[in-house]
Amino acid sequence: MEKKTLVCIACPLGCKMEIQVLSSLEEETKYLVSGNKCPRGESYGIKELTKPTRMVTSTVKIKNAHLKRLPVRTSEAIPKGKIFECMKLLEEIEVEAPIKVGEVIIKNLLGLDVDIITTRSML
Amino acid sequence: MLNYDIIVIGGGPAGLAAAIEAKRNGIENILVIERDRELGGILQQCIHNGFGLHVFKEELTGPEYAERFIDQLHEMGITYKLDTMVLDITESKVISAVNTTDGLMEIQAQVIILAMGCRERTRGAINIPGSRVAGIFTAGTAQRFVNMEGYMVGKNVVILGSGDIGLIMARRMTLEGAKVQAVVELMPYSGGLTRNIVQCLEDFNIPLLLSHTVTNIKGKDRVEEITIAKVDENRRPIKGTEEIYKCDTLLLSVGLIPENELSKSAGIVLDNITGGPVVNESMETSVEGIFACGNVVHVHDLVDWVTEESRRAGKNAARYVKKELKNINEPLVTKAEKGIRYIVPHQIRVENIDSKLDLYMRVDNIYHNAKIVVKSGETVIKQVKKPHLAPGEMESVTLLQKDLINLENRELTVELLEGGEQ
Repeated sequence: MEKKTLVCIACPLGCKMEIQVLSSLEEETKYLVSGNKCPRGESYGIKELTKPTRMVTSTVKIKNAHLKRLPVRTSEAIPKGKIFECMKLLEEIEVEAPIKVGEVIIKNLLGLDVDIITTRSML
Repeated sequence: MLNYDIIVIGGGPAGLAAAIEAKRNGIENILVIERDRELGGILQQCIHNGFGLHVFKEELTGPEYAERFIDQLHEMGITYKLDTMVLDITESKVISAVNTTDGLMEIQAQVIILAMGCRERTRGAINIPGSRVAGIFTAGTAQRFVNMEGYMVGKNVVILGSGDIGLIMARRMTLEGAKVQAVVELMPYSGGLTRNIVQCLEDFNIPLLLSHTVTNIKGKDRVEEITIAKVDENRRPIKGTEEIYKCDTLLLSVGLIPENELSKSAGIVLDNITGGPVVNESMETSVEGIFACGNVVHVHDLVDWVTEESRRAGKNAARYVKKELKNINEPLVTKAEKGIRYIVPHQIRVENIDSKLDLYMRVDNIYHNAKIVVKSGETVIKQVKKPHLAPGEMESVTLLQKDLINLENRELTVELLEGGEQ
């Protein structure tokens, strides 16, 4: 039976948790989370096991600005497995100043319904 | 001579928040002096998210957090000078500063707010033996190169120190295509947030070597290999445990020191443990009319607390200009006892507290199920249960003004009562 241990990051306590797949029925999978001290740990644990996501923050090239790189981020967290694909796409991008914070640089990144947006203005 | 009511030295998160709050409290004539080419300080290179959860109730990146304050500064019409270096400040609050357009200036301030932040400890500060080759950077310098200037600092990396900047850079270098072989930590625990250990190291299978250190660096022009050894309980390398790591880059994340050269020139009393000025409830230093806030006072782990503290400094600096700060009773003196490394503020003039005051502190080890107890003599003023305490996480205890009035004993002690040390 599938089993995974991980450290909870919902708060600074850092509970060491164990997550077990109890039963995989057609509709619904049941999990047993142990070691967590609060319900937030349970939902974090199940999410980490089933579909872990991460916010990606990085930079893209920028022309005509006082700096060479413009910081950007995903508008929402994306699946963990897509992080390096996302980085590969960002490598190709070059924008030009002036640019405002919150501008969309890539729409619908990798078909995930998430955008890449700028995180600062550069004149 | 130029003349201002309030001059803020440093345009990072502390300086911005202090200046804005001073203006909000009725002071018109404010100048912010920043040595970099733009405002925002270190936040501009911290492109990762996790900022602002307390102040804005949302998760922002460093530049986004900075921009909100910079916009506000502009909207309020607060003046600032960029590319300007403060050379000296005096006890009578005359500031000498220099830049390429104004030349050398002498500026008289009625109040000075110190917000110079901190700087990184370097290889020299921790005395790593070996060749003096290229490829050794502090983590923050590398962060600036990669995130702002657009230079990749190396391909095959070892990081010494597991503070948050080291962890963040482990992930950042990995995302940019470098191989991060290990993060090496002298202590038996990491100084970084759990969340960063999980998301920056475990996500990318980067090993964290606790109780290890770098004992040698070898190379001709550039780093070629480093030696890593286990350390004993006294943090001394254990002979025979050395391992060679072939790499081209070593990043150092080995601590931050408040930057207080200017404070010293003004004759301000510093705290040996924090490395920053001794301050009172209003964030005023030992020199009347000179205030301080942010990492120049003590190194914070969250910018949100810097903002909170700096707003207090800005507000009280304004009260000082308006002659509203009181000096009636002998101040209470805070004293760190068992388990507590330091407390900020160091002195409390109860008559100046609005209704409550936060004491910020750090503990000296990892503790579970402990209690922070604040006492005046034998009288317990406040006690707070803490399920988990770590040196890397700043703690705060909120005191009510009504509990501090008319205390017989003028010493306020803070200690840790243990439930069980790990």
